[in-house]
Amino acid sequence: MANNNKTIAAGVLDWVDARFPLTSTIKGHLTEYYAPKNFNFWYFFGSLALLVLVLQIVTGIFLTMNYKPDAELAFASVEYIMRDVFGGNIIRYMHSTGASMFFVVVYLHMFRGIIYGSYRTPRELIWLFGVGIFLVLMGEAFFGYLLPWGQMSYWGAQVIVNLFSTVPFIGPDLSEWLRGDYLVSDATLNRFFAFHVIALPLVLLGLVAVHIVALHEVGSNNPDGVEIKKHKDKATGIPLDGIPFHPYYSVKDLVGVVAFLMVFFAIVFFMPEMGGYFLEANNFVPADPLKTPAHIAPVWYFTPYYSILRAVPPIGISQFPGVVAMGLSVVAFAFLPWLDRSPVKSIRYRGKLYKRWLTAFVISFVILGYLGTVPGDVWGQFGPWLGGADRATVVARICMAIYFAYFVLMPWYTKKDQTKPVPERVTY
Amino acid sequence: MMKKMFLQAFASLTLLVSGVALANEVHIDVKAPIKMTDKASLQRGAKIFVNYCLNCHSANYMRYNRLQDIGLTDKQIKENLLFAGEKVGETMRVSMNPKDAKKWFGAAPPDLSVEVRARGADWVYAYLRSFYKDDTRPTGWNNQVFDKVAMPHVLYELQGVQVLDHETHTLKLEKAGKLSPEEYDQFAGDLTNFLAFMAEPAKQSRYWIGVLVLLFLSVLFVLVKKIKTEYWKDIR
Repeated sequence: MANNNKTIAAGVLDWVDARFPLTSTIKGHLTEYYAPKNFNFWYFFGSLALLVLVLQIVTGIFLTMNYKPDAELAFASVEYIMRDVFGGNIIRYMHSTGASMFFVVVYLHMFRGIIYGSYRTPRELIWLFGVGIFLVLMGEAFFGYLLPWGQMSYWGAQVIVNLFSTVPFIGPDLSEWLRGDYLVSDATLNRFFAFHVIALPLVLLGLVAVHIVALHEVGSNNPDGVEIKKHKDKATGIPLDGIPFHPYYSVKDLVGVVAFLMVFFAIVFFMPEMGGYFLEANNFVPADPLKTPAHIAPVWYFTPYYSILRAVPPIGISQFPGVVAMGLSVVAFAFLPWLDRSPVKSIRYRGKLYKRWLTAFVISFVILGYLGTVPGDVWGQFGPWLGGADRATVVARICMAIYFAYFVLMPWYTKKDQTKPVPERVTY
Repeated sequence: MMKKMFLQAFASLTLLVSGVALANEVHIDVKAPIKMTDKASLQRGAKIFVNYCLNCHSANYMRYNRLQDIGLTDKQIKENLLFAGEKVGETMRVSMNPKDAKKWFGAAPPDLSVEVRARGADWVYAYLRSFYKDDTRPTGWNNQVFDKVAMPHVLYELQGVQVLDHETHTLKLEKAGKLSPEEYDQFAGDLTNFLAFMAEPAKQSRYWIGVLVLLFLSVLFVLVKKIKTEYWKDIR
């Protein structure tokens, strides 16, 4: 060795660095990635989403070792995991709780993006990749939900696949092609299994990777919505309000991780069914193609969109308008970067008008979510003066109107909004 | 502002989680006397299940030797609960052919392994107590919480015969059975308790693992919080 002071470890590192960008990657993404120092509570959910993704993949691998994707065996194999596989019940509950917590975390992560304008220039692509992740995640959850092969698995899949049969002209053929049979059957279970354990996870990982690469290219937004790169140290070129992600945010996120795990495991060990919201009671009845349940409700994270589907009246006998509305309600998030015309990004400097719209949107979203879990006649009917319509349906229609108005009218109300002056530097 | 928004988000979450009420056709007003730690009750329930239910209803996911969890030894299980030469590691199967069963009863008796998870313990408890005489039914029996049920009242010798008062919608004991009403309630309660255990045998053990996990995480939380504070001292 030329340099006697050099340790062996450093020598190995040099050897690797000459062949692979290890040190520079660690620097670029961790130790010299400068994040704004004023992140608050809402900024935990990005790293938590990554944590849940890893949990789902790891628990999923172990479940796959004992699960049988076969209509004759699937239900029994899940019970086998619950009873006879060592630690199987905990792995299964971690996976089922993880599915719901993934959506909790992702919804809060998206809400963060909305309130602080994280989708605005130059972060439109990050946002679009994020919407892609959200869509794939919904698919992943949907395909996975069929696998326990309970009544809700079966009829939920039946309902969703049937949505495609409402597409004019090609609909019936399309849904048959998706199912691989005339009704949800073993063929459907097999392909859903393939989608759930390999196809969509691969897409998901790819999208998460580009989501993070794009983020680290432009830098993180922050609760003030100001660009920290505008004020750099003249000597070092480091943003004055930026701190290295590692160690500052890695230790901070660790606090979030442990707090999250406490909630997560409290659910896993003490209330894995979450009162029927995470694991539906009817899914403990094996799938029966001949017996339609009286009330088919999707899992809670789909219910706002399901409500919208039900709220739209059919044209003639075609349910297609409802299906289109449901699709739009999910995709609408992708247009936010181009709908928002406000001169400010963060809700801290927005005016009352925007805050009212956002509040109305959140309330509508929650009401739609609730209504999607219950039958349409849950609140009874109006009197004859309103044609005896279901009260819940009318409320769902009003909420749906607000939901879409939030997006459609956004260019108008964000421009008209009385914004406050934005500080030059972040507030900390 | 931030705090308010967090509270709003939290409130909306709890709203989602609290208002469960999934539509059940019948209102169940009696709570099942579930006590997972009452081994005597669970053992009585196991015996009742094996003697009265396991001829028609299987429990295909439940192994006999899982009854160790409620304090029985393999020897006790073999001597008291195995009648047809089954092995103690086998699951609780029945020899009745589902097709025959369908012909005889109009519906195949469902597997009861996870029945309590599907219907709820309160429903099962109410079901067991709500059979009444109804001559319009092929079996001569009907049930207040499961109208037009295919199953006859297997336990009528114990409970006696109930009739439905069509005006008040209440059940009256017309002819007493071998057990007093209190004894029958306990009988049904023990059986429900056992069915609840069988629906998830590992439930008890996950509780105490959960306590340990949360204790560990609480300690870890204090530590990582200290590390974070230490690192962030120099940020201002």
